[in-house]
Parts: sequence; C-alpha cells; structure tokens
Amino acid sequence: MSEPAVLVDGLVKRYGEVEAVRGIGFEVAPGETFGFLGPNGAGKSTTIKILCTLAAPTSGTARVAGYDVVKNRDTVRRNIGLVFQDPTLDSYLTGEQNLRFHADLYGVPRQQLAPRMRQVLEMVGLWDRRQAVVATYSGGMKRRLEIARGLLHAPRVLFLDEPTVGLDPQTRSSIWEYINDLKQREDITIFLTTHYMDEAENCDRIAIIDHGKIVAIDTPENLKASVGKDRVQIRTADDQTAIAELKERFELEAAIHDGMVTFNVESGEQFVPRLFEGLSQQIKAVSVSRPSLDDVFMSYTGKTIRDAEATAGDRNRAQIMAFRRGR
Amino acid sequence: MAIGVTGQQAGQVTEAIRVAVPDKGLKQDLRAIGIVWRRELIRFRSDRLRAITSLVQPVLFLFVLGTGLSGLASHGLPSGIDFKTFIYPGVLAMSVLFTAIFSAASIVWDREFGFLREMLVAPVSRSAIVIGKCLGGATVSTFQGILILALAGLAHVPYDPVLFLILIGELLLLSFTLTAFGVMMAARITQIQAFMALTQMLVMPLFFLSGALYPLNGLPGWLTVLTRLNPLTYIVAPMRHAVFSHLNIPPEMVNALSPGLTWFGWPVPVGVSLGIVAVMGATMLGIAIAEFQRTE
Repeated sequence: MSEPAVLVDGLVKRYGEVEAVRGIGFEVAPGETFGFLGPNGAGKSTTIKILCTLAAPTSGTARVAGYDVVKNRDTVRRNIGLVFQDPTLDSYLTGEQNLRFHADLYGVPRQQLAPRMRQVLEMVGLWDRRQAVVATYSGGMKRRLEIARGLLHAPRVLFLDEPTVGLDPQTRSSIWEYINDLKQREDITIFLTTHYMDEAENCDRIAIIDHGKIVAIDTPENLKASVGKDRVQIRTADDQTAIAELKERFELEAAIHDGMVTFNVESGEQFVPRLFEGLSQQIKAVSVSRPSLDDVFMSYTGKTIRDAEATAGDRNRAQIMAFRRGR
Repeated sequence: MAIGVTGQQAGQVTEAIRVAVPDKGLKQDLRAIGIVWRRELIRFRSDRLRAITSLVQPVLFLFVLGTGLSGLASHGLPSGIDFKTFIYPGVLAMSVLFTAIFSAASIVWDREFGFLREMLVAPVSRSAIVIGKCLGGATVSTFQGILILALAGLAHVPYDPVLFLILIGELLLLSFTLTAFGVMMAARITQIQAFMALTQMLVMPLFFLSGALYPLNGLPGWLTVLTRLNPLTYIVAPMRHAVFSHLNIPPEMVNALSPGLTWFGWPVPVGVSLGIVAVMGATMLGIAIAEFQRTE
C-alpha cells in the first residue's frame, strides 16, 4: 500500500515537432491532494491525458494506482475517476440515470449501487435533485454531478482537470468545499490541474509546470517561503523611467506585469516610504502583497501566470494547429 | 468555509462504501451493451416530437402519393388491388430508414457534447459500446416501423399475426444494418451538419432505387443494375413477397405483383436476399468497431 498513487518518470509527449511534455518525473503519495499548476498550454492537460490512458506517452513511464498506463490500461481505468474540463454528461437524462449509466459501464456491483449512489449524491448535495433532467442543472450542479459520478466506482485516484474553470467565484469556492469534504470521507488521492493560484493553495503539494517542464515541486507553504520577498506593484507617470531609477538607486530588477511596474523586495511596507523619496516620478498607486503562489510562479519562470498565458498558450496552440493541418 | 460544511454534516458521516469493481469480461461487456441500449430507449421515449415527425414522410407517401396515383396505377394492377397495398412494404422500409440512420447521428452529438468521452474512457471494450448503440438504434426504429404497421388496414393489408411477425423480423434486420451503416459513418464524420447533409443526400436515392414504388421486373438496363446494387432492394423484395403471399389472391397474381428479385434471370431466394442484408450489417458493424477502437 505504500506504493505511490502516481509515479511518473522521464515522461515525454511530442506532437510532431512540438514537445508538449519535455521529460517530467514526480511521485504522488496515497491520500495526497496534488496540484499541477501552470498556464494554459504548459503541458498540464497532456500529462493528465497520459495518466488517464487517453494519450500514449512518446517516451518515459507512468504508473497510476500501481499499474502501468500503457500496459495495464483497463486496470488503470477501473481505478481512476475522471472529471474533465469540458462537461461529459448526457443532459437529456436525469442525474440518477447518468450515474446508473456510469455504474453499468464500470461494473459497480448491483447490490452496492443504491447505497453508493445515495452516498455520492448526498456528498455533493444533489440527492434531492436526482430525478431532474441534467439540462435543468446549473453549471455548478453539473460539475458536482460529474464529481459524484467520478467517485461512484470508488476509484483510488480522482483526476480533476480544471475542476472549477468557467464557474463564477462563489460556485468555485463551493466546489472546493465539496472536494475538501470528500477528502474527509473517502480514502482517495486527488490529482488536479489548475491555472488559478488561489485554488492551488488547497493542495498538499504543488508542481509548477511551464513549457512542458516541472520547474518547482513542494508544499504551498515551502514554495512561498522560498520566495521570501513581498511583491510591490506601482503605477507611475512614466513607468520606463521608474524602472530605470529602481535599478539605479535601489538595485532592484523591475518589469511591467499586469500593466504595473512590478518588483520583489524584502519587507515591502517598510520599503514604500523610501520609494516615495527615491523616485523622481509621481507615484499614482501602490500595492504591496505577501508572497503568493503567483510570486512563486514568477520567481521560477520570470513572468506572472497571466503573462505566460498570453504568450505560451497561443504559441503552443498555433504550433499544434499548424502540425495538424500539415499532416 | 469548508469547516461549516463538514461540521454541519458531521453527524451523518458514514464509512465510504467500498465498491469492488470486477475484472473485465463477457459479463461486464453484456452489462455495458445493455445500458447503452437502454439509454437509446430512454432518449427516444423522452423525444416524442421526433417519433411524430419521422412518421410524417411515410404517411405522406402512403396516403397522399398512394391515393393520388392509385387511379393512374390501377391500369397496371389487377382489379381489386390498391396501389397503396403495392407500395405499403416499401413505405414500411422507408419508415425505419430515417430513424435508423438518424439514431446513429446521436454518436456525433455525443461527441460534440462530450458524452462519447464518458463511454470511451470506461473499462469496457469498445465493441460493447458500438453493439449497444446499434441494437438501441435498431430497436427504436423498429418501433417506428411498428407504428406504420399498425396502419396496415388502411392499405388493405390484413392484420395477420404470422405476416406481422415476419415483417417485424425483417424491419429489425433492416434497422440494425442501417444503424450499423450510420454508426460506421459517425466514426469518421465528426460534424453534425456534415453528417446530416450526407444522410439526407443518401436517403432519397436509396428509397427510390429500392423498388419500393415500382416492380423490379421489366426495367431499363441501367435502372435494373442500380436497383440490384442498392442494399435496400434486398429487404423490400422479401417484405413485398411476405405481404402479397398473405393476401387472399391467386398465386399467379402474387407472382405478377411481386415477381421477386432476379440476377441475370436467376430468381434470388428470400433467404439469400435477407442473408445479404445480414452480412452487410455485420460487415459494417465490424468496420464501425474497428474505427472506434482506433480513436484515441
């Protein structure tokens, strides 16, 4: 039982000339909540697809629940639950019918089905709505039903690919309540991908992935501690001059991120008064924040996750599209 | 915020029910076929509009075209035989034609709305899913044909239990083959518009070249060849044979009205004719399974 829930070694996935995953390796312990954090197009979805047996690796190995994803494909499938980024429900069926369909495909023993179905539906708060057609569900309810369905056959590893994407903030936090709640009840390992920094903090450990490589892997606390510095963002009358002056007078490397001059400095609050004295430019706005995972991402990759998304995602997608067209 | 939920529900926390999922096997596959089949029925039942609209065309052919042409056609038919009776078997075949092919279109929808993925990632063999889908489509469209069968009296076809059993069996065979054809196409065609356009384009030629509206003997050479190449012909001829041999008319009249299918003058027996349809159905099912095993 001490075998890792997920074991990845030297994993590479190539689409033509594009290397979506460039040799990654990590372990996830049983019972852990493990997050894959990175911008769109960083290789998160490709990795999760390989782990779920939906794509074959170009090279390297991956084992899930103790089984090789290539050699023991069906055994892996029986032991994992999947919640995809895009909905995969039949909206013409009721919530209960969707679960029943799943139970028959996965061979959930009939005598266990009724109590198990009730259990997972109550867990996500949909027991009362089980007879309603899924088309009448809200976005959050659909996602909860997918989570219930993914748990129905009691998988050992639950994969959540961007579990809260496309949901409003309130629904997002309620989905997280359900996920945290399920950790209390089920003996399960959760593997999730996200590009929301705040969500990654719900994980026991996080791997930061960028350009198909893991750049850091640790607990959220340790990752934040490794940055140490506070993030200061300012808006000035002339940002370029401000950047030059920051380098000249304070020896700070600043750059424009999210439309503001951004730099990291120890004890940010105490630095701000010096900043007002030291800059010739008029400062219009200042914000100081404690290190977040966003800063971690920035310190490891040199850009914020939003910057990375604007470039990496588009470029990768353009390459993959070009490759598909050319084939 | 998470604490609120767990605290509130703490009273009802129970052990998670350990579900032991069995190994892959025939029993598992049969259960998967069963649920995929049942899903088709559930969806058909909830979609009454589709059931009604797909009745419109056969009814139009039988009662509007059939009645309109009956005066003209009576010159070529023995007295006492209605043109509606003559085209009834063909219209019956037509009633399942649309439903069967369109029920395969649900695969294209399922792909678009993601549900296909739920099926393809399951630990069951792909063939179970494809077979379940074909059986589901066959059942639903046979049911559609039975609705037209209920109108037999209006076309002067007797409500004979043996005749009805034969016709239902033949409809089932036809529906299965057509659904397999549709599923085979749906494996390749991923856009619903393209799928619809292609089936629309195929359905009418299939129907017109099947001998549903005219006898198969004495046709010009090119039309003889085309009708013999049309799979639908091999089911319409046996159905017509079944209907006319259950009418209360002399045998020579049956032969005149339902001359049967010939290949270069050789009369094709009903068994061979049905066998051709069955083999085609099985072949297309095989291709469909191979196609779905290839994807992802």
